[in-house]
Parts: sequence; C-alpha cells; structure tokens
Amino acid sequence: MAFTLSVNGETKTADVDGDTPLLWVLRDTLGLVGAKYGCGAALCGACTVHLDGAPVRACITPIESVGKKKVTTIEGIGKSPVGAKVQEAWKAIDVPQCGYCQAGQIMSATALLTQKPKPTDEDIDAAMNGNLCRCATYIRIKKAIKVAAGQEKA
Amino acid sequence: MDGEILRDPTRRFVLQTGAATGGGLMLSFTMAAEGHAAGATQVNAYVRIGADSKVTIASKVPEVGQGIKTSLPMLIAEELDVEWSAVTVEQAIADTKVYGRQVAGGSMATTLEYDGLRRVGATVRALLIQAAATRWNVPVDSCSTDRGVVIAGNRRAAYGELVEDAAKLPAPDPKTLTLKDPKAFRIIGQSHKSQNLDAITKGKPLYGIDTRVPGMLFATFAKAPVFGAKVASVDLAPAKAVKGVKDAFVIEGGANLNGLLPGVAVVANSWWAARKGREALEIKWAEHPTSAQSSAAFAAKAAELAKAPPQRVDRADGDVDAALKGAAKTVSAAYSYPFIAHAPLEPQNCTAVVKDGKVEIWAPTQNPEPGRKLVAAALNVPEEAITIHLVRGGGGFGRRLNNDYMVEAAAIAAKAGVPVQLIWTREDDIQHDFYRPGGWHNLTAGLDASGKLVAWNDHFVSFGEGERFNSSAGFNATQFPCRAVDNYRVQVSVMPLGMPTGPLRAPGNNAFGFVLQSFTDELAQAAGQDPVAFRRDLLGAPRLLGEAGKGDSFHTGRMRGVLDLVAEKSGWGRKLPAGTGMGVACHYSHMGYVAVVIQVTVKDGALKVDKAWAAADCGRQIINPKGAEQQVQGSVLDAVGAALAQEITFEGGATTQSNFGDFPLLRMADAFDVEVHFKLSDNNPTGLGEPAYPPAPAALCNAIFAATGKRIRNLPVGDQLA
Repeated sequence: MAFTLSVNGETKTADVDGDTPLLWVLRDTLGLVGAKYGCGAALCGACTVHLDGAPVRACITPIESVGKKKVTTIEGIGKSPVGAKVQEAWKAIDVPQCGYCQAGQIMSATALLTQKPKPTDEDIDAAMNGNLCRCATYIRIKKAIKVAAGQEKA
Repeated sequence: MDGEILRDPTRRFVLQTGAATGGGLMLSFTMAAEGHAAGATQVNAYVRIGADSKVTIASKVPEVGQGIKTSLPMLIAEELDVEWSAVTVEQAIADTKVYGRQVAGGSMATTLEYDGLRRVGATVRALLIQAAATRWNVPVDSCSTDRGVVIAGNRRAAYGELVEDAAKLPAPDPKTLTLKDPKAFRIIGQSHKSQNLDAITKGKPLYGIDTRVPGMLFATFAKAPVFGAKVASVDLAPAKAVKGVKDAFVIEGGANLNGLLPGVAVVANSWWAARKGREALEIKWAEHPTSAQSSAAFAAKAAELAKAPPQRVDRADGDVDAALKGAAKTVSAAYSYPFIAHAPLEPQNCTAVVKDGKVEIWAPTQNPEPGRKLVAAALNVPEEAITIHLVRGGGGFGRRLNNDYMVEAAAIAAKAGVPVQLIWTREDDIQHDFYRPGGWHNLTAGLDASGKLVAWNDHFVSFGEGERFNSSAGFNATQFPCRAVDNYRVQVSVMPLGMPTGPLRAPGNNAFGFVLQSFTDELAQAAGQDPVAFRRDLLGAPRLLGEAGKGDSFHTGRMRGVLDLVAEKSGWGRKLPAGTGMGVACHYSHMGYVAVVIQVTVKDGALKVDKAWAAADCGRQIINPKGAEQQVQGSVLDAVGAALAQEITFEGGATTQSNFGDFPLLRMADAFDVEVHFKLSDNNPTGLGEPAYPPAPAALCNAIFAATGKRIRNLPVGDQLA
C-alpha cells in the first residue's frame, strides 16, 4: 500500500508492504542510500535515522509504524545546527577509516548532543554503544563528539 | 578534494588505448571530467591535468579503510610537485596490464609502490618541464618546478598551460629521472585526511551496496549451512508469490569452496522483497561428507594428535631433546585460539550487468583479478570481456580477498537476464566466511640455571591433509625465537577440515603473536625476570636472523628498538594499584616490527582495558602520519576485541553463530586509548594495515596475568576471569 512520509522536510510516497523496514524504503524506494545495512537486527546501528529527532534503527522499523513522525537521515541532518557541527567535527578529526558505519555514528551523536549539549564520557558511551565500528575508530568518534560540543579543540 | 561518487561512472579512469605497464605512458587523450570545466588531459594512466591546472590522480589499490587512497596518490603528487589541495583522487579501474598488482592485502602496497609511484609523478613532471623547455627554447636544465608551475628564469607556466604539449611527448628515459631528496618532501610525511571524507559524513553513495545501475534488481542468495552442499529440492513458488519478487532459481554451483557454490537466488525489485522471498523458500539440502564435523570433534582430535607422535617436523635446529634434558628448568603449556570471522560492517555484495557477451561488475573487492577468473569460468566468457570497477569497501580485513560474492552476482545476473545487485544478509556473512582457522600449540621450553632460553619445542596442531595446510592454517617455522635459540623445533600434525578458511588481518601471525608472546611471558616468569628484560636478553645483540631481503628474516635490533620505545612511553615498571597490571608483547609480521604494552584493571572478575601503547618500526618514512596512527590504533583495538570475545564454532558441519549478538565486536564503552609511536629506521617504508595486530592479544593476556595471576592460554578470554 502507499505510505506518505516526511523525509528531510520533503513529502515522499512509497508503495510497499507495511512490514517493509524504513531502511529499505529509504534505500531502494526513495534512493537515499546514506543509511546503511549492517545487521538487520538493531545490533550495529549503521542504519540509524531520526524519527522526530529520536534515534531509531531503521532496519527494524516497519514503515507502517512511522506514521506522521518526521524522518531525518544523514542526507538531511546537516540542515540542523547540531548536525552540521557534528559533521564538521567528524571532518576536522578525520574520524572515518572505511566509513561505512559513520552515517549511523553521526546520527546517534547528533541525537545525543541535541539532548545533552555537554555530554560526559559516560553519556557518550551510553549513547554510542549501539553503533559498531568494525575499524574501531571509537577514540576519534569520542573526540569528535567533544569537539562538536565545544568541550575540546580539534 | 572529495573524489568520485558512484553515480558518476564517467569520471573513472578508464583507459582507452595504448596503455603501458608500471606507469609507462599511454597514448594521451582528453576527456571531459566533471569538476574540470576547462577539460583535462590524461598524461599517463595515473595523472590527468586540467587546463585550470587541477590535478586528478588515480589510486590503483582498492580502498577498504586502510587509507591507501590517500597515501599512494601522495607519492605521485610529491614528485609531480603540486599542491595537495589541487589534487583530486579517483579510484582506478581493475586492470593489471596497466596498473600491475591491485591488491589490498599483505600490507604490501606501501612496500611495493613507494618508489614506483614516486617515479610516476617524476615522469609527468619531467614531461611538463620538457614541454616548457621546448616552448621557450631553453635547455631542460634551466627549468625547475614549484607547486604546479614550471619556471625558467623569469618565465613561468602553470602545468595546465603545458599539459597538452606534455602529453604528446615520448616518455623520458627512466634513468634520467631524479627523485626528490626526502628532506625536500612537502606532502609525504605530512598528515592528510581520508579521501571521500566529505561524502562519508554526508551519506553520499560510495560503497558497493550504494551502486545503482539502470534497470537493476536486488538479489539474495541462499546457500547450504553445510559448506558446499547441493540443493536436493526446492519449492520456488512461495518465493515467487511474494510481492516484488521477479524471479527465483537454483544456481547449480560446484564443489570447490573457493568457487561458485550451489544455492537458490531470489531476484526482486527491492532487497527486502528478495529477502522475504528467500525466507519463503523451502529448500532441502543434499547430504554432504562434512556434515558431521564440529568444533567439539576438532578439539577432541587436536588433543589426541597432541599426545601422539607428530606427523612431521617442519624445522629442527640443534638437539632439542638433549637440551631439554639438560635444562635447569622446563616449562610446558598448551595454547589454543578459535576460528573467527572477518565481519566487515558492509555485508558482501556485488552489482553485475551481463549483456551481449560482456560483463560489468562493481565490487568492493580487495583482490579483483581472481574474481575476474572466477567470473570468466562460471559464465564462460573471456577475461577481457569483464570490466571490474573497484568500489570503496566498507571494511575488508582480508575477507574481500575472496570473490565469492562477485561470481555469485555475475551468475545470478546472467541467469536473470537483468542487472542485479546481490547483497548478503549479515547471517550469510557470518555463516559463509573464509574463517581465520583455529589452532593448537603444545609448547615446551628449557631454561638454563641463569634463566636463559636453551630449547624450544612447538607441536603445532592445525588443519590440512598430508603436507598441505588449509588456507591460513600454516605456521611459518622461522617465527622468533627461531634462530635466536640454538635448539628449536616445530612439529606439525594436521586434520581435515570442511570449512573454508582464509587470510584475516595479519594472517597466521594474528594467532601466533598471541601464542609465542604469551609463552615467552611464561618463560620470563619461570626465569624470575621482568618481561621486558627477558625479551631484551632473548633478542640479544642487534643482528639479522635469516637471509637479508627475505620476508622471514628478523632483525633483533629493530625489535629491540620498538620494545625499548614502548617500555619508555608506557612507563614500564612503574608501581600499579592492586588489580591493575601491564603486559608487553612484540611481534614481527608484514615487514613491520611492533611492540605493544597494555594496561588492564580486573575487579570482581570484570576486565577493563585502561590503555595501550604501541611502537612500530616500518622503515625510514611514515607517508601519512595520521593515517598510520589510525591503522595502528585500529589494529590494536580490533585484536583486543577479537581476543576478548570472538569465537566461531561449528556443529553438524555448519556455523553456530549468525550475527553481532553471538559474534560480538568491540563497542564504544569497551574502547580505550591507544598511544602510537613510530621508530624510524634506515629501511624501506613498509605497510601498516596489519603488523600492529599480532602483539596486541598477547599484551592483553600478559596484562591480565600481571593483574590477576591468571594465565590465559585459550582464546577468547570470554568468561575465564569470572
């Protein structure tokens, strides 16, 4: 059936089964491939997007559960001041290695900093623990979050 | 400086004609390149220069997160003498006739390309100078270059003004090329950020899984849980009834675990539909000779082999038995490590178009040429009819040295008659890996009255048949302390294995480092010596063990250098609180010498890694210091994550684990700082993707021993501290 979605401030429609995960609607129907498939089971966080600003794992979020909630993806996160700051910090610190997980990392970090503009190390660990990085760029992810928060310099 | 993104295939370095090997000149042609509004001229296979003097450099080796797409083009840019900010990097297409070896493996790209790619840059610079000298009618000797400009007296011409002339000139005699004095380097030795950084942070299409081809459908491919088992029967109808599914069919495949395996493909208009269709399939798999194999049976067989006389001896120096008899003290210990999976975060995938006898492939492969051969054989097409685009890989770790996903995508696309993107599920990835094989080492060593090592015996139990080891299951018998101890022997026994194995980051060494350096720690303990001091004595005077130039030669002085450096930087020997301990390990692999110290705290059975220090000697020049640091940090964290928790087990011939729930990766809360130091030595620069991995698990386990008195002899650490 047809679903109407708000994605990055634009109205989109997708004619898919209601159990289709948001991830595959974004990637295969709407052509937004920034959110990544890593596990399909909310274990790695590579697919993280925001629903009304809250981070969710798009790989286990059925499209029929999205309703009127506003979807924000890595392609649109730069429009928010916090998102733009996080992206800039990621570049300043040169966080990525392979880079595949980083869209999800940036989405989780942006949600964290929107909630807690000055996070502690424990806040960062808690907010980011669902996002795997197989290259283990964690040291720089933590640093970049602190740079985006203005707690450390690049 | 953000290079190509996937939707723009016209911007790739596609060579049209007349290509020569090893950076030699090809016939020049111009191509309209987006971002180079003024048009650009291809000077050779690696370098294109626009009329605006913007430079595009091809990176020949696949990028999977090792940073090679930054460091190799830096070599060319340095000798070309341009500003790095004027350079755009593009991924070269797979074409060994033009580019030679294009493999992200063995940490070999830096070692093999350091001189050659600088010569590529120097060649283009020489052509630009020649073009200027001809135009101005002045001697070549009177011309110099500075950051993209040729200068002779008060005459100046930007490269962009000269490139059309330069591209028409014959290649200079390589003997006439002079490379820069390293003291004059402006790009090499300075940190430069990762290529595609902007695209990564903005979620632009970059990876294999992001490839989009007109008319493309998505595919899943179900293979037997028992490796290589055939499809006995399947009902395709329930899959075909799923909305969006366009086709479902059996791929016959063969018995070779490195080739195209049997399975059932489902092709649909979205990957989710393809996956739903696959789940609806009812497949009966045929019986298979390896379906009784299990981890429990392997362990039982290994214990039996360890007690029996060894099947063969791979190396025997001196008289080990006599030396053990005469030793003041002997130490025996049995070590083991499990199978582990690579689990790069981007699941295996490949996009293939098969049309009119030609095949076009987009693959996140680390090693395209064997894939080309597989595809040629499976589809019965000549290798020349296959084009392979090297797409950025979401991690590699050795998994993508194999090309099973490539031949599967090609076979499915050929049968479906449409362009296809095959994406594996994570479960497919964990259950159909070429695993790092498990192994067992039964060690005995002798110490004399002063605590000096006088004999070393290792009965290595592994997988293979006869004289042959399974892939990555072999042991290089020249591992240190070979040749540093007079009486040294490696005995080998093997058993057959039905599961595919293959190289994982620092193959072999990723396990041997744990065994050798943990046992060395036990010997230091038995000798009543400090672990660093014992290693210094064992290394002895600086000298080369083995033959110069051979990969298995070992320089004790280089290892001593990194051992001393890491001891100094970590404050080795300082007083630590109860429950906290430091461990050290040093290991040579992939031409690199690395020593690691790890500090841990164990409280109520809970382990926390406090910090790691690493010191590495990979020659006289670090090309991209920040990139090098990233590789060392990532290797240490990767190794510790694996040593703590990762294990693949088999039951009924099939893999037990399936996803990150039962095959856990290191997470943020468990990550720790890794302080990295480089020890420069007068040796050719070598690669860094791997050599920092092997010492880390031993440093971890030696730290656990220092903190708790508990010796970890079997990986993973798991719940052994509880």
